[in-house]
Amino acid sequence: MIKTIVSEGLPVDEQLLIRKKIIKNGDSDKRICIVTGTHGDELEGQYVCFELIRRLNENLDFLDGTVEVYPALNPLGVDSVTRGIPTFDLDMNRIFPGDPNGHLIEHTAYEIIQDLKGADMVIDIHASNIFLREMPQARVNVKMSRKLIPYARMLNLDFIWIHDAATVLEATLAHTLNVLKTPTIVVEMGIGMRLTLEYGNRLVDGIFNLMKKMKMWSGPVANKISKPKLSATGEVFFMNAEVSGIIIPSVTHSVDVKKGDLLCQIVDPFEGKVLQNVLSPVDGLVFTMRTYPVVYEGSLIARIFSEKTINEETA
Amino acid sequence: MKQEIIFRMKSPYRDDFKVWGFRFGEGKKTLAIVGAMRGDEVQQQFTCSQVVKNLMELEDAGKLMPGHEILVIPSANHFSMNINKRFWAMDNTDINRMFPGYEKGETTQRIAAAIFEQVRDYKYGIQLASFYMPGEFIPHVRMMDTGYQNLKLAKNFGLPYVLVRKPRPYDTTVLNYNWQVFGTQAFSIYSGDTDIINKDSAKIAWLSIFRFMHNMKIIDHNMHPGTCSYVLKDDDLETILSNQSGILYSLRGAGDEIKTGDLLAKILDPFTGETRSSILSPVDGTIFFAHHQPLIHQNTVMFRIVRF
Repeated sequence: MIKTIVSEGLPVDEQLLIRKKIIKNGDSDKRICIVTGTHGDELEGQYVCFELIRRLNENLDFLDGTVEVYPALNPLGVDSVTRGIPTFDLDMNRIFPGDPNGHLIEHTAYEIIQDLKGADMVIDIHASNIFLREMPQARVNVKMSRKLIPYARMLNLDFIWIHDAATVLEATLAHTLNVLKTPTIVVEMGIGMRLTLEYGNRLVDGIFNLMKKMKMWSGPVANKISKPKLSATGEVFFMNAEVSGIIIPSVTHSVDVKKGDLLCQIVDPFEGKVLQNVLSPVDGLVFTMRTYPVVYEGSLIARIFSEKTINEETA
Repeated sequence: MKQEIIFRMKSPYRDDFKVWGFRFGEGKKTLAIVGAMRGDEVQQQFTCSQVVKNLMELEDAGKLMPGHEILVIPSANHFSMNINKRFWAMDNTDINRMFPGYEKGETTQRIAAAIFEQVRDYKYGIQLASFYMPGEFIPHVRMMDTGYQNLKLAKNFGLPYVLVRKPRPYDTTVLNYNWQVFGTQAFSIYSGDTDIINKDSAKIAWLSIFRFMHNMKIIDHNMHPGTCSYVLKDDDLETILSNQSGILYSLRGAGDEIKTGDLLAKILDPFTGETRSSILSPVDGTIFFAHHQPLIHQNTVMFRIVRF
């Protein structure tokens, strides 16, 4: 069944429609929600929705509970290759919990929260942006980490990043739901405007594994579920461009690097000169890597997780 | 006046990006003014340019009071303005959501950090701001309710209204909020327009800034005292949402005085031209904000009215 949770008039002969697919079987009241498409250029979740629903349809008898899939919280953005909401200035993931008396989009955010509230688990799938490729990872606010990490470990990801509680992040969908005692995990993987089927399949395997642990799924699950590294066991390093230019990568994404390894060069095509050799400051895992070649000073190039740093300090 | 570059960055192929500061007077850091931070804030850029022009004239006439330094940054995002983009040209991030900035962070964090480093120690800060919803305002001073705001000071602009608003989480990264948290008395001036130049409302804005400077004894320049400001909170405004979508046929605009039952606008069927909805005022008051795009979505703020 497909249910419309928001229907608001657009100026000329069109409704803004936000819909969810509901798949229900058995007697259990358990409910898991898969949401994606908050940013219209993040499409990795599209494959996850497809594959999850496809597998469920083929094996519905194993389901005991309700799976709700929201493939496009920002349908205008997804359908028009726009990260934000066309005609609206604010990032959709900075306006939750919304406002029933606010602008159309704030009102929409409010309705989305009302609909998701009370679920036993929400997985909020993001796909970086058009510039950076991300290893499959969960992002968890430090305040919620104790509760969410055990679930995040089940999702077949490579990394769990526990981040600080920045005030601005309080307006995200995930934070809002977590405050409302609806456990929500943000999954970040892949890259904007593309599908990475390997990552999508892994996450779908992880969602079935999670449902099994939640006793919503009695069917088969993947034999091998990845054990993610936890950011609390090390340190995350940010590599930003020190000069503007064009990036020529030297390493691929999701690789281990040694301190001093060349990550990429920033070059000046006009002069044929290398402007900066970007070297790894530590031994670690490249879990974020820039793929978009043009950089300005400050553009993020890579994030590296180093377990060694903390270990050395502890030693 | 000293003109100086406060941030400079090379681009792969475009000209260097430079943020310019115009410094007047010497002495205590008294007033910093920041203009356009988004590429479509042409009205704010124009208004700030007029502030610079008038300050130069006052300086030539010896009417800047001694012991005060004034810094004006008319534009922080002309890389976007020159190509008709609102947000940062490369990654579409908003400089005004990056404060207090981070000098080792991403590009817009670095720009924000460089600006904040320059403007943070001033006693007063004025930002010429724009709103995230399209529409026209009555020119007003806006302050965030951070606990540090000083409403008495805001009245020195002599604008009809001072609006105090509770910050939302996303506001914690804007300039005005960070100014206040770091000890500057911060004000945002909304002149009513953004991507067009409205000379009349721009003049109201820049005159209000000079009135403030006069009242704070930063300049010696007699001028009309303006109006006695009425302090509003968000809750004091009556909000009218659109109950239909379609073509907006506005009949009344910002600043109009209205009575209960007055017809403010019609929403028309975009195919037949028939009236889908007649928007009537539920209260007596003055229109504070009016949506002014020709098309309107359902459930969108059309008017905000100050009740009498």
